[in-house]
Amino acid sequence: MSVTPPQRVWWKEKVPREERLWFSIALAWAIVMFIMMPLWHIYGSQNPSTETYKVEPEEYVTLTQQFIERYKVGEENGVPVVEPPPGSDVYLLGKQFSWEPVIKLKKGETYRLHLSSADVLHGFSVYPMNINFMVIPGYDYVLTITPTEAGEYRVVCNEYCGPGHQLMVGKIIVE
Amino acid sequence: MGDDFRTCPVTGFKVHLPAEKLIKVNAVTAVVALLVGAIMALLVVLTRWETVHLLRPIDFYKFVTLHGWNMLGFWIIFFEVAVLYFAGAIMLNTRLASPKLGWVAYALMLIGALGTNITVLMNPTKNAIMFTSYVPLKATPGYYLSVILFAVGALLAVFNFLATLYIAKKEKTYRGSLPLVVFGALAAAIIAVSTLLFGAAALVPTLFWSMDIAPTWDALTYRIVFWAFGHPSQQINVAAMVAIWYLLAYLTVGGTTISEKFSRLAFVFYILFINIASAHHLLVDPGVSTAWKIWNTSYAMYLAVLASMMHAFAVPAAIEVAQRKKGFNRGLFEWLWKAPWKNPSFSALILSIIVFGFLGGISGVIQGTEQLNIRFHNTLAIPGHFHGTVAGGTTLAFMGITYYVLPLIFRRELVGKSLAVYQPWLFGIGIALVSIGMQGAGLYGVPRRHADITSFGGSGFAFEYDPTAYLWLAVMGIGGILAFAGAVLFVLIAVATLIKGRRL
Repeated sequence: MSVTPPQRVWWKEKVPREERLWFSIALAWAIVMFIMMPLWHIYGSQNPSTETYKVEPEEYVTLTQQFIERYKVGEENGVPVVEPPPGSDVYLLGKQFSWEPVIKLKKGETYRLHLSSADVLHGFSVYPMNINFMVIPGYDYVLTITPTEAGEYRVVCNEYCGPGHQLMVGKIIVE
Repeated sequence: MGDDFRTCPVTGFKVHLPAEKLIKVNAVTAVVALLVGAIMALLVVLTRWETVHLLRPIDFYKFVTLHGWNMLGFWIIFFEVAVLYFAGAIMLNTRLASPKLGWVAYALMLIGALGTNITVLMNPTKNAIMFTSYVPLKATPGYYLSVILFAVGALLAVFNFLATLYIAKKEKTYRGSLPLVVFGALAAAIIAVSTLLFGAAALVPTLFWSMDIAPTWDALTYRIVFWAFGHPSQQINVAAMVAIWYLLAYLTVGGTTISEKFSRLAFVFYILFINIASAHHLLVDPGVSTAWKIWNTSYAMYLAVLASMMHAFAVPAAIEVAQRKKGFNRGLFEWLWKAPWKNPSFSALILSIIVFGFLGGISGVIQGTEQLNIRFHNTLAIPGHFHGTVAGGTTLAFMGITYYVLPLIFRRELVGKSLAVYQPWLFGIGIALVSIGMQGAGLYGVPRRHADITSFGGSGFAFEYDPTAYLWLAVMGIGGILAFAGAVLFVLIAVATLIKGRRL
């Protein structure tokens, strides 16, 4: 009985055949998944980036400002719009409660997209792709990206970042 | 001894009266927390259901923070403390090690729970920082202090349980090994000790930082330490829930595991593997190596999942064997059709197993994959997963055992038995729809913890999600109303029983 001490010495008893079979199937599946995990990482091409650098938030803000001054082509809703050349380093800054700048990219070209925060944690979520990464102050997270479809994309903050969290939407334009 | 005990006429257990009193008080407090959490849940779900969109953002953040704490924290842990005292003192026919410590623990937990609610309600702009309380968002010291007091109280209660096991062993109140249910409770207690210590490691420095006497700490390091508390704290619930599954299988149909070794090994697997599996929260974080992510999320997680797979076989097997012994042998499934479905504890048990495994468990394994996590992280699919596990699984199991706690511990005859038959279905189906709706909306990228995905608070970059996402949110909303009704019905039955139930 589950509520009384076992009758026999439990670690010496034999597990019934049905449970051994079930265990074997479940274990085999666990091992398949265990092997798939590194294999998928090595042979697949959809891994989260691991390229990270330490950066002071103030330093990252300065880097973003320099980047904006260099490639600014306009403004939308008070947020600068930049058009960096293909292959360049692109800086996106998350801060309470906006993403800066709006970024214009060229379809089929590759960019190094830097993500970091000026203050607290933010979440980088691209709609409609549904791609999600953490944005953490003190860390410069680099994603190497090649946009394959033209269109307007939205960047939604999906980590709670303060009472104005819902305001935090940005934009990436691919032409 | 002697005077402090009574003998239960149904189970034959020797009931330590001071322990019984503590069980009652912790269980009642848990149900109050459940009611408060459920009211907040209704407000939150009616805000996320965009057609209704009830609350202003600041109120939404306030109530989503407190919904998290009242449900994940206070309802479940107060109830678990009651379970631990029951498993320790009563199931082993012994006395609770220290009723005094039990009351101190209770007082600390109560102050912590009240403090958390008050600090967030009074000052949501600063203190509504969600269950995760990520630095460098800074709340007032009162908030962190409340949470820490609650955790310290819970830790003392766990120690009280462990000391009770020691007394039972020393005074030989049972022979041989611990009963399976107590073994499961012990697994939960061991996980709780390590988990709560990590919780202290995350929140104590944060408290000092909020008082400006300690330096700020690295936001990523906090996340790593926090998740050694955050996810494993839910594994306490898993272990406690499975222990309750075995207890319910025994109480409802007289079933017991067909192999003590099999079931106990599965509990040992929980202790060994489940804690380090929490790296899946950091799969799309910068600064964490791939090898570390893969090791923790594949090796550790799959072995913990294996343990759940073992229980998922053993508990239904216990029911089937018991039913077949009663002669329900026609066809493959007579044992199931002829099960005591009119007993709300039985339907709660079955629904708990199904919702936990199929909605919570499977979604968890999928979301915890390195690559797939890119599509799930911080979307509504994540709460979709844990509403399957914690609300559908743990909460339903605890509701199911309550229908036995009322007559056996509170010694009151259940009021509203005919309504109680439907209660687990109402709650179970409701919460299943919540889980499915959230997971569906999450696939379209709908963020969690977000107050306004229609106008984005008036942002110039506002946009609309795929219309299908709003349909999923409606599924979640309707499920939320059903689940709320189920939870309220549960509370009403429990309260009516305590007040009006015939004394047994």
